[in-house]
Amino acid sequence: MAGIYIHIPFCKQACHYCNFFFSTSLKLKNDLISALILEIELQKNFLSGEMVETIYFGGGTPSLLSEKDLDEIFNQIQKHFTISSDPEITLEANPDDLNADNISILKNSPVNRLSIGIQSFHEADLKYMNRAHNAIEASDCIEKVQSAGFENLNIDLIYGTPGLSDELWLENLNKFHENKITHLSAYALTVEESTALDHFIKTGKSQALNDEQARSQMILLMDFMRHSGYEHYEVSNFALPGKRSRHNSSYWKGAAYLGLGPAAHSHQSNFRQWNIANNAKYIQSIKTGKVPMEREILSEIQQYNEFLMVSLRTVWGIDLKIIEERFGKEKLEDLLLNSIPFQNSGKMIQNQGVLKLNPTGMLEADRITAELFLD
Amino acid sequence: MKNYRNFCIIAHIDHGKSTLADRLLESTKTVSSRDLQEQTLDNMDLERERGITIKSHAIQMDFEHGKDKYVFNLIDTPGHVDFSYEVSRSIAACEGALLLVDATQGIQAQTISNLYLAMDHDLEIIPIINKVDMDGAMIEEVADQIIDLIGVNREDIIEASGKTGVGVDLIFDAIINRIPCPKGDPEEPLQALIFDSMFNSYRGVIAYFRIFNGKIKKGDKIKFVNTGNEYFADEVGILRMDMEPRATVGAGDVGYLITGIKESQMIKVGDTITIKENPCEQAIDGFEDVKPMVFAGLYPIDSDDFEDLRESLGKLQLNDASLTYEPETSLALGFGFRCGFLGMLHLEIVQERLDREFDMAVITTVPQVSYDCFTTRKEHIVIHTPSDLPDPSMIERIEEPYIKAQIISKPEFTGGIMSLCIDKRGFLTNQVYLSETRVELSFEIPLAEIVFDFYDKLKSISKGYASFDYHIIGMRPGKLVKLDILLNGEKVDALSAMIHRDKAESFGRKMCKKLRELINRQQFVIAIQAAIGSKIVARETISAFRKDVTAKCYGGDISRKRKLLEKQKKGKKRMRQVGNVEVPQQAFLAVLKLDD
Repeated sequence: MAGIYIHIPFCKQACHYCNFFFSTSLKLKNDLISALILEIELQKNFLSGEMVETIYFGGGTPSLLSEKDLDEIFNQIQKHFTISSDPEITLEANPDDLNADNISILKNSPVNRLSIGIQSFHEADLKYMNRAHNAIEASDCIEKVQSAGFENLNIDLIYGTPGLSDELWLENLNKFHENKITHLSAYALTVEESTALDHFIKTGKSQALNDEQARSQMILLMDFMRHSGYEHYEVSNFALPGKRSRHNSSYWKGAAYLGLGPAAHSHQSNFRQWNIANNAKYIQSIKTGKVPMEREILSEIQQYNEFLMVSLRTVWGIDLKIIEERFGKEKLEDLLLNSIPFQNSGKMIQNQGVLKLNPTGMLEADRITAELFLD
Repeated sequence: MKNYRNFCIIAHIDHGKSTLADRLLESTKTVSSRDLQEQTLDNMDLERERGITIKSHAIQMDFEHGKDKYVFNLIDTPGHVDFSYEVSRSIAACEGALLLVDATQGIQAQTISNLYLAMDHDLEIIPIINKVDMDGAMIEEVADQIIDLIGVNREDIIEASGKTGVGVDLIFDAIINRIPCPKGDPEEPLQALIFDSMFNSYRGVIAYFRIFNGKIKKGDKIKFVNTGNEYFADEVGILRMDMEPRATVGAGDVGYLITGIKESQMIKVGDTITIKENPCEQAIDGFEDVKPMVFAGLYPIDSDDFEDLRESLGKLQLNDASLTYEPETSLALGFGFRCGFLGMLHLEIVQERLDREFDMAVITTVPQVSYDCFTTRKEHIVIHTPSDLPDPSMIERIEEPYIKAQIISKPEFTGGIMSLCIDKRGFLTNQVYLSETRVELSFEIPLAEIVFDFYDKLKSISKGYASFDYHIIGMRPGKLVKLDILLNGEKVDALSAMIHRDKAESFGRKMCKKLRELINRQQFVIAIQAAIGSKIVARETISAFRKDVTAKCYGGDISRKRKLLEKQKKGKKRMRQVGNVEVPQQAFLAVLKLDD
């Protein structure tokens, strides 16, 4: 089981909170797609012939891709990789790109799952985040893609923004639910370093985020989703039965994946690597037949910490047998010992060979994970 | 002996003492300019960096004047109030002093107090205005200050530049013609003053001395008059660029002595060396067993490093006899040492040397002075740490050290300086105009009040102009109490402080506020309280933590996220646990950074 991630590093405008790699100048777009096509060939052996189960177009804004771009990329992938008979192929789209023409292009392509960056159905919220779309586009696009036949659908929502009261947050969740969307990624707004939001807060132009609000809105979210029949299968992700994101799940299960395009990350057994986060340098290097990347070989401790980190974020938790097999009995014993305070306080549960977080533990997943890390 | 000249240089920090010294060494060919590392006399990196002399040094130079040959002994002195005793001993070893004043800055308080010391010892003062080549030089104004201060004639003041070499010849002439040669009798019993000592890891403690009477030979059985310790003189010699052994060093000269002693405390600065079989009748005046004035706990950042810290302090003490340390334990900080220092700069130097020379980062607790506590049962207890204080009901009175502080500044800052000193429980004892633009204010202030942020405040009130010097004048009773800090009801011993009753409340409020900024929110509400005995005088609350969840975790994020959490975990390791509250290390230094 393996996945392919394709990073499309262009956006029409920069959202104030975003620290992903992208450029708002489309000047290099054609050169970049050509380079991407070349990189697919250069990296054809990365997955060592493993069957590709999932393909994910992330960004940036993959909905900026033209029909021709998509065709070329798919043809090239098919040429160099073995695709399973039932792949999950997701494309991240922005509401303002989802007009009738684009939807039909996507529908006629192999893409079978959309992930729409709605973030909020409220106009003030969208303005605050500097999204490219408005509230009407946010509502309309869902209906459009559903009627075009995209049933396997995710939307992103963000909570914890200063203007978002609990009532408004519930309105967003209701809107999601009314539309019978199969999957939700819900994120607490986070101030990442060197983003516009970070700058605004530091200079007093924006108010600082309220932790209590983020916490209570996450609790609201978890309650709402449970009552609505969604499974909370990862800290930020909820799905109807059978509708989990197979691609993202593979990240959390430690599967191999190949990232293509600038700043894309790849993973293979004991190492991670990432391409250079610069469009011009990426294009230049690929032209000379070299993938511009950095690689990090993971030590056993790092592998252990990673395994803990991703497992604890998920509903399937830490498989204790894997800990023992991969890292030894001693580490297993230490882990169980160190988890006792969290079990006692009801934040963790150990059951049938699995150690995992309860919903209250999910609220503090990062802290608990850090405390269970090895040095 | 008539061709010997022993002198020191009195100067404020940065007034060019070391540069001038280098110039003298070069002119006398004691050191070639090729070998002349800038500012030869300041051996320690730390001294070079801060531009101050921490330890004294001495160096001998040959100088030919016409057909006469002269021997100069230049004794360099430390340049900070914390080391005023060492300065006084260096001065006592000389017949003359070069008073060096920066032409762009004028006389500073430090200079004046050392100058008075030199005048008390009847030293011949040679006033020099240095840096006359610089743009901002105010030669006549500075000359007036000097004339007012020591009553010399204008033509006796030398204008010089250590940088260009202007005036250096005049300085040599003055040294020869104005500084008297040493008096003393080579046939009398040995009487030599130890004005400094240093530690060498191969040779042990090296004592620097000035012989007033008699002579010292290699192999002599010697005796230190004040401590009574007796040793053999394994090696004696004079101080050139390196130590040069001699069979004998005689009256009037400056030299060194090696006895093989390994513990620096065994040889005390100010003590008198004599010969056991033929001792001098009396010791040289002015010996003091210098006691540390400021105390603070030093704790290893990683509690596993306790033994390493002990070893490092031991090594530091070898060449810093004024540093004292003894083990203590703190509930909050674990095992550490209660250390005694001459003053705040000394504390800083020790901290910095631990870090630089031993790679040993430490947490320092609230520094405090040494108090005398008299109990109702007529006991006398010396308080080096707040926890030494007996129950309040047992205390009859507490006495604290007072200093006489001299501050020199511009008249326009007098008001601000007075308010600062009064706020620090001081009172004005004297006010003298040194010139139209310089006023000297004398205060008596509790030493405890200058331990915290006094110097910084003085500098900011006077826009950097004020200079400051002090000396201890004795112990006086004061209304002192112990202020405790509690976190969720648990006393944090490392944050307790001795403080004047009238200031305890506002101090407590500031502490609580500062701690609220420094302690992170946790899973529960944290109450920060300041208390005198059982009475709570201030309180702040830190509300409970928050989610810390849900930064997204996409594929690419995994390495970054793992590193983020690893960092979080490391940060946590550096936390100290008080009850159930995690306290970051900088909280223990909070008290030093209290602002109004």
